[in-house]
Amino acid sequence: MALQIIKERNTGKINTVTLGATKANGGTRTSVITIGGDTALPFLQFEGEFPNKPVIAMEVQSRVPDQWNEVVKQPFADVLADPAAWAKKCVEKYGAQLIYLKLSGADPDLENQTAEQCVKIVKDVLAAVGVPLIVVGCGNDEKDNQVMPLVAEAASGENLLLGVAGKDNYKSIVAAAIVHHHNVIALTPCDINICKQLNILVTELGLGQEHIVVDPGAGALGYGIEYTYSILERERLGALQGDKMLSTPIIASVGYEAWRAKEANAPESEFPSFGNQEERGILWEAMTATALLQGGIHLIVMRHPEAIKLVQKNIAELMAPQEF
Amino acid sequence: MILIGEKINGMFKVIGKAVTEWDPKPIQDMAKQQEAAGAHYLDINTGPKAEDQVKTLKWMAEVVQEVTDLPLCLDCTNLDAIEEALKILKRPGMINSCKCEQAEIDRLFPLAVEHKAAVIGLCMNNKGVPKSADDRAAFAMELVANADAYGLPFEDLYLDPIALPVNVAQEHAVEVLEAIRQIKTLSNPAPRTVVGLSNVSQRTPHRAIINRTFAVMAMAVGLDSAILDVLDEPMVDAIATARLIMNKDIYCDSYQKVFRQHSI
Repeated sequence: MALQIIKERNTGKINTVTLGATKANGGTRTSVITIGGDTALPFLQFEGEFPNKPVIAMEVQSRVPDQWNEVVKQPFADVLADPAAWAKKCVEKYGAQLIYLKLSGADPDLENQTAEQCVKIVKDVLAAVGVPLIVVGCGNDEKDNQVMPLVAEAASGENLLLGVAGKDNYKSIVAAAIVHHHNVIALTPCDINICKQLNILVTELGLGQEHIVVDPGAGALGYGIEYTYSILERERLGALQGDKMLSTPIIASVGYEAWRAKEANAPESEFPSFGNQEERGILWEAMTATALLQGGIHLIVMRHPEAIKLVQKNIAELMAPQEF
Repeated sequence: MILIGEKINGMFKVIGKAVTEWDPKPIQDMAKQQEAAGAHYLDINTGPKAEDQVKTLKWMAEVVQEVTDLPLCLDCTNLDAIEEALKILKRPGMINSCKCEQAEIDRLFPLAVEHKAAVIGLCMNNKGVPKSADDRAAFAMELVANADAYGLPFEDLYLDPIALPVNVAQEHAVEVLEAIRQIKTLSNPAPRTVVGLSNVSQRTPHRAIINRTFAVMAMAVGLDSAILDVLDEPMVDAIATARLIMNKDIYCDSYQKVFRQHSI
């Protein structure tokens, strides 16, 4: 008797979200990105459809990221002070399909750039590259509430992915996204119940589910990644069973998480048994990304070009058509 | 939990009148109301007054499909009516129902396979409803074996152990619960289970609370779906809550609302 593969029949699917808009759709991007649409557990192609592959966004900051490890700064050493040039290098030299611009310079404790300065940076980056953009605030709620609505307005029509909406601070960014036709990242650090509730709050304000991407607050390899994985798994199972409030595609800040791990940064001189730090840091970022990919993330924010190369290879392998 | 809205039934006055007058509006309104309340399927029953069930069931299905994309559960004892209505469904529907009688199975199972429809298989035959859980499970097994023979996926077989009114057949309810538990062990993947929920409370003055209590008790032993009054809000809230307690849905403060948006 031939072996019969028992297949799960899923009733739900992950929403698709499109980022960026070309001229025909009111924007100025030369390409767009669509994520989501999965109808089975991650990469189980024999059970469902995976119309869109996971996408890596390369991270650019609006200030010189002094705190970054030299290994990560080195590939961008000539452009770190100029976000537009930095983004351009990501696209032209490293083939980025998507740029993640963090307006870190707006932080009142750092450069405290004004909203107008932030808007100019976003516009400069938009002018420098043709790929879609993710733009996130500095993380200070009060400042972000001043900056992000102006960014949304200035980039009206570009169909950005704006971040971040949190449980206690989502109204102004969501309202700006609705008015100026953008998408929003809903961030809930490792709490699936609040993650689901935040999706409801955001949709109740009037933003369609096809404009929401969830950030589950992923932990890096060695720093709670297994907990993140279990959240991703529960979320995906809920989505596949038809729970619409768990059906949003997922984004994870892999570069940020991986490069703050001790294992990525500790110099070999202090920890000889850890081995070469450059290689180790790159692998730490790549392994964090691949582990989360298995959990079912759709957008991966990364920093080091070599780590990105490794993960791209992994994505290509996972998305290759399967035999049975 | 798959909710099959029971309200488009000629037995109800408003729908009965609409059927005899060929007036689509009340039927369509009821379809929309039930969809908003969280129904996943809409049961369509012409009621006893329809002169031509073949024509009427098909017409009801057509007018309902004009206002909703929900799949339909064709509830009729006239098998020709079911066959004709199956042909015009926009989404694979459900046949309601098929007794454990070989002639009926031989007619309906191939139709279900052809139209990718689900079938409600009744754990009874022409002689009536059995008393014990074991006898109900025996009918269920026969229906499962037939599903296998006809190539009807087990998940498309909804087995109904037949709930009877608690005021006249009180000893049946506990047998129904045990039968549900047994049915879920009959195959892998397991067949689905369904009950006509409002039956349990027929002719009692306490219909709502009896229906709700039976629903959550049956869910705890493996009930997958029910034909019920989805407009009974506390009922749907109770079902949503039972799913939480069984760890089938993820909690959030608005879980009752989210449950009503579930797709199937």
